[in-house]
Amino acid sequence: MPRELTQNRIQKIWIPSKDDKPSMPRTSRGGPHLANPPTVIVMVGLPARGKTYISRKLTRYLNWIGIPTKVFNVGEYRREAVKHYSSYDFFKSDNEDAVKIRQQCALAALRDVKTYLTEEEGQVAVFDATNTTRERRDMILDFGAENGFKIFFIESVCDDPNVIACNILEVKVSCPDYQDCNKTDAMEDFKKRIECYRMNYQPLDHDQYDRNLSFIKVIDVGRRFLVNRIQDHIQSRIVYYLMNIHVQPRSIYLCRHGESQHNLQGRLGGDSGLSTRGRKFAGALAKFVEEQNLKDLKVWTSQLRRSIQTAEALNVPYEQWKALNEIDAGVCEEMTYEEVRERFPEEFTLRDQDKYYYRYPSGESYQDLVQRVEPVIMELERQENVLVVCHQAVMRCLLAYFLDKSADEMPYLKCPLHTVLKLTPVAYGCKVESISLNVEAVNTHRDRPEEVKRGPSTLIRRNSVTPLTSPEPNKKPRIEGLDDPIIREVTPAQLTLCSTSHTTLSLSTQNLKKCSIECHEPPQLCL
Amino acid sequence: MFPRTSGDEHKLFHTAALLSVRTWMMRNSSRFRDGQNRDGTVCMTNCPTLIVTVGLPARGKTYISKKLTRYLNWIGVPTKEFNVGQYRRECLKIYKSFEFFRPDNEEGLKIRKQCALAALNDVRQYLSVEGGQVAVFDATNTTRERRATIMRFAEQNGYKVFFVESVCEDPKVIAENIVQVKLGSPDYTDRNTEEAIQDFMKRIKCYENSYQPLDENLDRELSYIKIMNVGQRYLVNRVLDHIQSRIVYYLMNIHITPRSIYLCRHGESDLNVRGRIGGDSGLSPRGKEFAQYLGRFIQDQNIKDLKVWTSQMKRTIQTAEALGVPYEQWKALNEIDAGVCEEMMYEEIQEHYPLEFALRDQDKYRYRYPKGESYEDLVQRLEPVIMELERQENVLVICHQAVMRCLLAYFLDKSAEELPYLKCPLHTVLKLTPVAYGCKVESIYLNVEAVNTHRDKPENVDISRLPEEALLTVPAHY
Repeated sequence: MPRELTQNRIQKIWIPSKDDKPSMPRTSRGGPHLANPPTVIVMVGLPARGKTYISRKLTRYLNWIGIPTKVFNVGEYRREAVKHYSSYDFFKSDNEDAVKIRQQCALAALRDVKTYLTEEEGQVAVFDATNTTRERRDMILDFGAENGFKIFFIESVCDDPNVIACNILEVKVSCPDYQDCNKTDAMEDFKKRIECYRMNYQPLDHDQYDRNLSFIKVIDVGRRFLVNRIQDHIQSRIVYYLMNIHVQPRSIYLCRHGESQHNLQGRLGGDSGLSTRGRKFAGALAKFVEEQNLKDLKVWTSQLRRSIQTAEALNVPYEQWKALNEIDAGVCEEMTYEEVRERFPEEFTLRDQDKYYYRYPSGESYQDLVQRVEPVIMELERQENVLVVCHQAVMRCLLAYFLDKSADEMPYLKCPLHTVLKLTPVAYGCKVESISLNVEAVNTHRDRPEEVKRGPSTLIRRNSVTPLTSPEPNKKPRIEGLDDPIIREVTPAQLTLCSTSHTTLSLSTQNLKKCSIECHEPPQLCL
Repeated sequence: MFPRTSGDEHKLFHTAALLSVRTWMMRNSSRFRDGQNRDGTVCMTNCPTLIVTVGLPARGKTYISKKLTRYLNWIGVPTKEFNVGQYRRECLKIYKSFEFFRPDNEEGLKIRKQCALAALNDVRQYLSVEGGQVAVFDATNTTRERRATIMRFAEQNGYKVFFVESVCEDPKVIAENIVQVKLGSPDYTDRNTEEAIQDFMKRIKCYENSYQPLDENLDRELSYIKIMNVGQRYLVNRVLDHIQSRIVYYLMNIHITPRSIYLCRHGESDLNVRGRIGGDSGLSPRGKEFAQYLGRFIQDQNIKDLKVWTSQMKRTIQTAEALGVPYEQWKALNEIDAGVCEEMMYEEIQEHYPLEFALRDQDKYRYRYPKGESYEDLVQRLEPVIMELERQENVLVICHQAVMRCLLAYFLDKSAEELPYLKCPLHTVLKLTPVAYGCKVESIYLNVEAVNTHRDKPENVDISRLPEEALLTVPAHY
């Protein structure tokens, strides 16, 4: 006999129930078509080829679409192990002690990968290191085979000296390794560091040695790609994403439509027109756009009247996307919050309990929105200067992608009316400028209520789209034997001792210094 | 019939008579027409694309051309393929033997060149005059010289060129291709299999000596994808724009492993029985019976590794539950949102929204229910499902009438005009099996009675029509 179905109260998803108690649904294990078994993405390439840039961007994207992903940057482990970086000599291939330490760091990172994927419900781990020798890659392949992880390589190959110099300036000279150096010295040292690797570099060889591996070779910052043996959905999505991103400087402007009639009345949703102040904002937006003096600005709107009216005032061509429409409030469309509270008190409470997953009856949830808006993100990656005129919930979703915000934070991001957010990619992150166009408007933001009891997470993730913030990378190398007794979390007995005395390394005996992962991340404004 | 003005779209919103124009305007503001000026002229950044296949015979060029064309048309990009072999068959009338293709056969060379030029001429007609967006130029195009000619042609006409090269040396794959699509070709109607294969192998040989594959160095400025060994490996060079990026993504997801796709609707629902559209009701008793029968049917089919997908609506999930196997819920498979008309009977729609009802009959594909969706919206919503179906092997999709029509239209290459009227009755499973260049369809009725939910297009679609005329084709219900 088929089981009875009940509808989960927050997500409005039908699940089978036993005796009125929701039981685990008989769905494909681990969610649909996602990374199952876990995948280790392995970066390959000489220094300054964009490996960390790709690692972090990809991780941000995968987390946003709901695939728990984490970066493991071996350089970070090395910085923890070797407190003070003296010079490129550390990276010489004949520096035996250093080679040993570097190997330890890689192993420590892999151990953390294993923990993340097997015990912490991670689905994808990005192993960010040069991995330029076959020996190292074979070791990783063995690690994958032992643990039942799929391995996918991403190799970045680039010989354009301009690109490399630019990379070094953007992210290397301000890195902790070089904090006591001037720019020129840093640049020189780093170039010599690259040479240390170049001699032993064995690129992925699709013809012979590596023909059975799954990988993508990104050549000259995306001019060309070689893709070998894609195994599954997630690898296919990763390849598609990598082929759409670029590093051209540009800015993305996000704003909402001008204040609408419904906004004035405190009503949700609907398809009303602009208020007087809203029209004033549209005019101010037009002026703002002109002043920005941008080359080739694309303007996108939703298919709702208020955003189109706003764009009309700009007097430039614009493109309508249904995918940018505001979240569908279902039966609550066009009600005020008071009316919702009155007519659907239970729904009102449930929404505050879990605003990300909560789906309006016959409507949508933020989770649904993320899935709906994903093609917009993909196209935004392809484009250059774009102004997106959208809506509160939609803008929160887009912003969460660019600023790496979790599902928990997303529904409470502040996106006030009549304010433009200018996002400019910089180094490994995104600079945000918030520009209020000085036209009064109502405030439509509802903070997370204090008294809300956060229910246990009985929510089922289906086609799961649950943005997670890219987790803080592990940095501890867990290497015993280096002089620091302060490394508290060392897992004993698995590590071979590393020799301690040598002339080229200078190990500090100070306390562990917090090494910031963002070598060069500018402060984020507002929000 | 209605004036197609292009300014001030927002003013049209609530002007009843122009509602169909509204949706038309929105449709044309699709992603693929970015850069369209408000007076309707297309600006130069949006040039048509000429896809050029490259490869020896029996490497899957025509397979790829047809499949890609079908996909692009389905997502709303007007695309047409131009197979030079067809032109040659028109020209030659009777194919004698592989000798025609010998590189020293001057007469043959002349005719083949003329055919290529004739095809290019038709390409120009399609892209520059008939409003096509993409043309697929399907021929071997194995020499640099031929490709240079094509590029000159494209440059003269302002087309972007994207090459799709298929390289394969696996003799098994090539033999299988020959058996599947060459033996049945008009070229070989009066040969026996042995002879045909012999001749075709010699034909391939004629091309081999002069084959100049796309070269990493010499062709580094060109935009192309090189597909190796049926998708084992790809080389992608200089993807220029959105459409090329989508094409590459599509080509990297398709495969030729034999498999079947089963499409069916949920079992009959309570709302079906009462003649009401949409909603989220459960199965009727007959619907539950169907679910049981479906379970048995699936078992009898003895399918290897079958994936089962449903929507997030109760009726499809209830149906899947009866199968006793794991299934996956997709919100994207939900039935079309009828907006203000949700849960109404057609008679009620006629009563409360007679204008909407007429407009829908006038253009059922593009018509969007107020606060709801159109078939066109559905297609956009379903595209990721199609992409994943392409990646998968054996799949059973339990969905809904409008959704199933969209999916079916993709597999059977049906136009936007036909799509909303495809017959997808309850309690009937469609088994689709890719074969040669198309798809074999088997329709299996599982012998459980159900109401008919199919409403044909009535004769009179005018907004001034009488209610009786509008309701003529409404199927019977309780």
